[in-house]
Amino acid sequence: MASSDRLLQVHNLSVSFDTPRGEVNAVRGISFDLGREKLGIVGESGSGKSQTGRAILGLTGPGSRVTADRLEFDGINLLNADQATLRRVRGARISMIMQDPKFSLNPVMSVGRQIEEAYLVHTRANRREARERTLSMLASVQIRNPERVYDAYPHEVSGGMGQRVMIAMMMIPEPDIIIADEPTSALDVTVQLQVLAILDDMVSRRGMGLMFISHDLNLVASFCDRVLVMYAGRVVEVCEASQLHHAQHPYTRGLIGCLPSVSHPHEVLAVLDRDPEWATAPSAADP
Amino acid sequence: MTDHNGQTAGTGRAPSPPNRLRALVGVFFTIVLTFVGLTAVTFVISRVMPVDPVLAIVGDRASQEVYDQVYLRLGLDQPIWVQYLRYINSLLHGDLGTSIMTGQTVMSDIARFFPATLELATVATLLGVFVGIPMGVVAAVNQGRWPDHVVRVVGLIGYSVPVFWLGLVALLVFYAKLGWTGGPGRVEVYFDGIVEPYTGVLLLDAALAGEWEVFRNAVSHLILPATLLGTFSLAYVARMTRSFMLDQLGQEYILTARVKGVSEFRVIWGHAFRNVLVQLITIIGLTYASLLEGSVLTETVFAWPGIGSYITRGLFNNDMNAVLGGTIVVGACFVGINMLSDVLYRLVDPRAR
Ligand SMILES: Nc1ncnc2c1ncn2[C@@H]1O[C@H](COP(=O)(O)OP(=O)(O)OP(=O)(O)O)[C@@H](O)[C@H]1O
Ligand SMILES: [Mg+2]
Repeated sequence: MASSDRLLQVHNLSVSFDTPRGEVNAVRGISFDLGREKLGIVGESGSGKSQTGRAILGLTGPGSRVTADRLEFDGINLLNADQATLRRVRGARISMIMQDPKFSLNPVMSVGRQIEEAYLVHTRANRREARERTLSMLASVQIRNPERVYDAYPHEVSGGMGQRVMIAMMMIPEPDIIIADEPTSALDVTVQLQVLAILDDMVSRRGMGLMFISHDLNLVASFCDRVLVMYAGRVVEVCEASQLHHAQHPYTRGLIGCLPSVSHPHEVLAVLDRDPEWATAPSAADP
Repeated sequence: MTDHNGQTAGTGRAPSPPNRLRALVGVFFTIVLTFVGLTAVTFVISRVMPVDPVLAIVGDRASQEVYDQVYLRLGLDQPIWVQYLRYINSLLHGDLGTSIMTGQTVMSDIARFFPATLELATVATLLGVFVGIPMGVVAAVNQGRWPDHVVRVVGLIGYSVPVFWLGLVALLVFYAKLGWTGGPGRVEVYFDGIVEPYTGVLLLDAALAGEWEVFRNAVSHLILPATLLGTFSLAYVARMTRSFMLDQLGQEYILTARVKGVSEFRVIWGHAFRNVLVQLITIIGLTYASLLEGSVLTETVFAWPGIGSYITRGLFNNDMNAVLGGTIVVGACFVGINMLSDVLYRLVDPRAR
């Protein structure tokens, strides 16, 4: 990867939380680069995938502490950036799609206004221009009736439609990087594929970098270019998506072993064995 | 609405005409039922009270003849439901009977006393809303830091300090010692009766008549009781706002707004607060309605001629027409405000439309 293609550089990133029960280390010194590619992040629940994404946007929330040797985007040091700089990056340059549109859309604001806002925050456009862009954005996420959806409220749209709205909202300022945190986990299977196709199409057409967080190993293997496997706040393996099924690390092999297979059905699915060593071994380096 | 692409489009959820009509009929029945229930309960209570309404009118020196005459005139020989229907009938004709204490019709008494309560309750509620809400928001946004603690202490004071004590101390300090405010009553005696009581709300009447001297004096009298009552609604409103706001700030759509790069001010007031407002409407309606009942303690301490002390005095004087009339007006207010907050709620929350 040429260094000019490295949109985002993450070096030794850690995220921890002060809780009444002591310090929780959500992310423990991970490193990776992101170019104009589709990078999958997989790992079990609680392995720190979401917090990695949020740390990039400076949105890990109250009580959190983020440290890194380097957290750099397009020459901007995200770690020490002030709020104003961060706000200019958020949405406009790096954006994030969340899991469930039922919760991630504001229930008392019309869908159109919410998409529009993402655009208006970063431009000097007036309301009419913003509305036009919103409508064309809705059309480009294959919503057939943009005018109608524009005026709808979140409770009036289905999950698949809500997630398209979310994609439209996060794409409208044309960011360089999209973090998609399990964007299809809340949808049923047929709709999942539609939404993925839309996301894929927009990311490739605009040449963005995509960080695709998921539980679904097969999905990530087929959808992404490269995969990062996380365990207990660390990256235990990095590989080309096509090579995922030949992965070396016992944790990754374990995850693959847990998948049901149609061609080789097992009587009993394997249960993941965990080696305490994985949690303490140094993070896998970016190749 | 599902088209072949599996899309559900948000379409107008406006109720179709028959639906809307049904909703309207429903509301109408609710009003009628509430009204019947309210009047029936208060009426029965007032009649089963161990009070002789005839004696209260004629006094204990009257002859048996006079007594019987009044007894018949009041219709007390009839069964209670006939008496109730008669009462409702005259109520619907705007007649609530005559008050024994004042010798006036209860209607004209209420027209005199209720606006005083309305004035006090409205100013107190406005105070609660315009000070309590920002306080609650600031506390939530700074959870665990000093602004939060300040709000918590104010809330605690608003809850635990007795009104009459605080009222007397306030009068002593600000009226008697410092002379900054007016004393008890709505206005100084020499201003009494200067302005025509069009609305009965003295501030409005004075402003309408252009009597700014009276207006200023009325304000100086209103400040203490309104602040006192306002502190209580403020404490409640601030506490509820704080907890609603904390709840909303933890929701995921807030993270979405921040991801978009929206400023923190807009995140709080443009996104979270709109959702808080939905919940607050009911709270504010309840506080306002409870203040409109008239707060007997405050009205007593400040010699405020409001509906609360009117009803209480009626009770002590066996003046059942006054009690019944006052209670019905207060109850009607309660129902009215509840319906109003219901309408507002529907306006603010698209899910309720
Ligand atoms: N606000 C917080 N306070 C304390 N601990 C937290 C907080 N947020 C996250 N954590 C902890 O950090 C760890 C990583 O959380 P994270 O949400 O990144 O996991 P994840 O990999 O996204 O899991 P999932 O697949 O369930 O979404 C978890 O153990 C979680 O309990
Ligand atoms: Mg997560």
